[in-house]
Amino acid sequence: MIGLVSYLVFFLILSLIFGVAVLGLNLQWGFTGLFNAGVAGFTAIGAYTMAILTGPSRDAVFGGFELPFVAGLVGAMIASGISAVIVGLATLKLRHEYLAVATFGIAVTIQLVCLNWEYLTGGTLGLIGIPNPSKAWAEGPLAQNALYLLVVLVVVGLTFAALERIVKSPWGRMLKAIREDEIAASSLGKSPERVRLEAFVLGCMIMGLSGALYVSFIGYVSPWDFLPILTFQIWTMLIVGGSANNRGALLGALIVWGVWTTSGFVISRIVPSEIQAQGGAMQAVLIGFILVVTLLVRPRGLIGEELYVSRHARS
Amino acid sequence: MILQHIADGILSGAIVSLGAIGLSFTMKLLRFANFSHSELLTWGAYGALVFLAFFASFGGFFDRTIGPFSFGVALLLAMICASVVTSIIALVLHRFVFERLSRTAGHMTMVFASFGVALVLRHLVVLIWGSDPIYYSNALQFAILLPGNVRVMPDQVFLLGLTIIVVIALHLFMTRSRTGIAMRGVAENPDLARVSGVNVDRIITWVWIIGASGAAMGGVLYGMTVQLRPELGFSLILPLFAAAILGGAGSLYGAVLGGLIVGLSENLSVMIIPTTYKPAVPFLLILAILYFRPDGIFGERSR
Amino acid sequence: MSGDHALEAVEIIAGYVPDLPILHGVSAHVDAGEVVSMIGPNGAGKSTLVKAIAGLVQISSGTVRLDGRDITGIVAHKLPADGVGYVPQIGNVFATLTIHENLIMGGAPLSKSAALERIEEIYEMYPTLKDKRHDKAGVLSGGQRQILAVARALLTRPRLMLLDEPTAGLSPMAAGAFFDLVRGLAEGGAAVLMVEQNAKAALRVSDRGYVLAEGQNRLEGFAAELLANEEIGEIFLGLRRGAAKPEASV
Ligand SMILES: Nc1ncnc2c1ncn2[C@@H]1O[C@H](COP(=O)(O)OP(=O)(O)O)[C@@H](O)[C@H]1O
Ligand SMILES: [Mg+2]
Repeated sequence: MIGLVSYLVFFLILSLIFGVAVLGLNLQWGFTGLFNAGVAGFTAIGAYTMAILTGPSRDAVFGGFELPFVAGLVGAMIASGISAVIVGLATLKLRHEYLAVATFGIAVTIQLVCLNWEYLTGGTLGLIGIPNPSKAWAEGPLAQNALYLLVVLVVVGLTFAALERIVKSPWGRMLKAIREDEIAASSLGKSPERVRLEAFVLGCMIMGLSGALYVSFIGYVSPWDFLPILTFQIWTMLIVGGSANNRGALLGALIVWGVWTTSGFVISRIVPSEIQAQGGAMQAVLIGFILVVTLLVRPRGLIGEELYVSRHARS
Repeated sequence: MILQHIADGILSGAIVSLGAIGLSFTMKLLRFANFSHSELLTWGAYGALVFLAFFASFGGFFDRTIGPFSFGVALLLAMICASVVTSIIALVLHRFVFERLSRTAGHMTMVFASFGVALVLRHLVVLIWGSDPIYYSNALQFAILLPGNVRVMPDQVFLLGLTIIVVIALHLFMTRSRTGIAMRGVAENPDLARVSGVNVDRIITWVWIIGASGAAMGGVLYGMTVQLRPELGFSLILPLFAAAILGGAGSLYGAVLGGLIVGLSENLSVMIIPTTYKPAVPFLLILAILYFRPDGIFGERSR
Repeated sequence: MSGDHALEAVEIIAGYVPDLPILHGVSAHVDAGEVVSMIGPNGAGKSTLVKAIAGLVQISSGTVRLDGRDITGIVAHKLPADGVGYVPQIGNVFATLTIHENLIMGGAPLSKSAALERIEEIYEMYPTLKDKRHDKAGVLSGGQRQILAVARALLTRPRLMLLDEPTAGLSPMAAGAFFDLVRGLAEGGAAVLMVEQNAKAALRVSDRGYVLAEGQNRLEGFAAELLANEEIGEIFLGLRRGAAKPEASV
């Protein structure tokens, strides 16, 4: 029983952390129509920034400032935001399909930097010993995890509430106008390019926040956590849940992460141990399959956009 | 040293060129960035492995290597069979995924779908063949020493020769055959092609067959000169896109030239940046070209 | 009785997006050997009508008959073989293909040998095309371009020729030469439906005309009647200020 509860807590923490990244992506794609295929890169920047700011100091590696948790979160968002400004200025005027290719390339490049810039990132070994704030306040793994879940819930709640307010604000309506028709949107006054950049940067900051929450929970960061498959997982979460709907984004995170872990568990039970390495491949096949089938049979996801017949869903 | 880099760049560029031809044309005709195209190289390479075992099992003539090369007739036949299989895979994906989405949804939906398809294709390879590197042959080869102290393997000479033959054959196809001319016409103006009486669906079928066969050959040549790994195609995504975008979507010569530029830049880059960052070079090329030409080199504005 | 007309379009409702028709029940007919002009202000739906007949725009209601045969909803690429030739308003030649290749495109429904034979005939009709057969169509002058566009559509010997603003952008001399070509087509027995902005110039070479506005038939009649009709000016004036004299641009 305790086992199940602690597993559930563990599961919720991870899927909600993913959910934060999905919320960020939803702001970019769902509401603004910006195709970011580099989600893994921006979460990685948040994660590494968190590790550098809050982690213990060590020889031959930059950082280890041992700053408090909240400072790490803020720093992670700032770092992701700054990189998003640079990336956005270079790529946001591109057409959709090229934006997808360019942002995919950015994620690959960021991963290369994580892998190779040892002074900053610890290279292939990554950075370890990142403090989890709940450890200072609670005893025992279950209590600590429950406390961390609370922290994550607060962050998710704040992000969700902020995004809900944002998308209903005039700025949020501007986003949808840009998504539907850029030329018409420019007649609303603000420059669409500017608003696109703002939405892109804000979305990437939220992805950075997600990465930061992840490293504090896991306690270390390595380049292997931010492979392109992470981008595809987060996209699948958004598509399955339903884009342009923040509740859909969170629901998609829960479901897809649920499928991922359940299938991982089942595979570990039924697949002989000598081909366990192939188990991960089976999970990936499953996720890819879910993504394609969702697009074919339920393109708007489980709970898609409300009250808004989208033109970009069609053309 | 620089000559060796140039030689290596041309060789790896040739593989990228073969793969980029199909990507370039699907990008133009179906108007979507197909992230799963590179997986067709992987499937071509592994598909050939199966047929190689089949043909080699006949022994004798089939099992022998040709001249200085590491392979024999069996691998050549296997490459042809792999092209057929890869074309079938591409057509099935077109029929059941991309074509359906192009009717009901938008181009971007097709891009997401290609993410999913790529995941499935890549990891099926892991499931079927495992993730350890595989080689077609253990035969020993002796490097050929060219002037300027450039070393190339006989297989690499074959790679280059085959690529040149394929490009010449495609050139003749595109300029002499009615289907090839129609392909170029559809790429420029699908509606005008339609009202001229061209069955655009049939042309798109041809595009997939040519694109998938080129990808399969690229994959086999990669497997022949490097090794087979499940990430073979995945690691080529950015080079392929860079070649297609550099050359302008829908252009045969553009894709070939783009591939060569990508291969050369990657290999020459190691003279100025650490080798570990080499995979980022195609991305920088993409950024540079899109910065100056947001719609690609020959691309026209169409949203 | 409908079998009499080469083309008969009845009550066509069509548009680009479902439930958003551009044409609200347009009718028109053209007989063999006739040149019929379709005129009207910008945005009237003239191009949409010919696109619908050519199979490029979905028809949600109404019928298109070719020599009495219902061709509504037939896919665009099958219509040339049925005798429909169409020259679009924009992008009417393949600029990246050579002239010869453009003609080969037009011969897609024919067998290869029949197409090559027909191309030789076309070269005899339009020697300028033969001289430039290996040039890219993109380098042609405006007038030559329009000739190529028509020639491409002529490969299949269409019984119905749809021309969408073929003289737009041509010099008066080139336009005049082009109208001669159009008359020649009709004299050869084809039915020609020509969309034109230059109402007067077009009507002068036409047998009959239709005036379209806001996706509806407004006027129709013999060309001479329409030329004399005061209402035309009003239709253009009322809907398209600043273009009161449509012929001014010719
Ligand atoms: N491809 C298209 N998609 C959507 N609407 C279109 C398209 N082409 C034309 N329209 C609209 O259809 C209407 C009629 O256009 P058109 O038939 O081109 O007029 P005309 O040829 O008489 O100038 C216009 O309101 C125009 O905006
Ligand atoms: Mg028009």
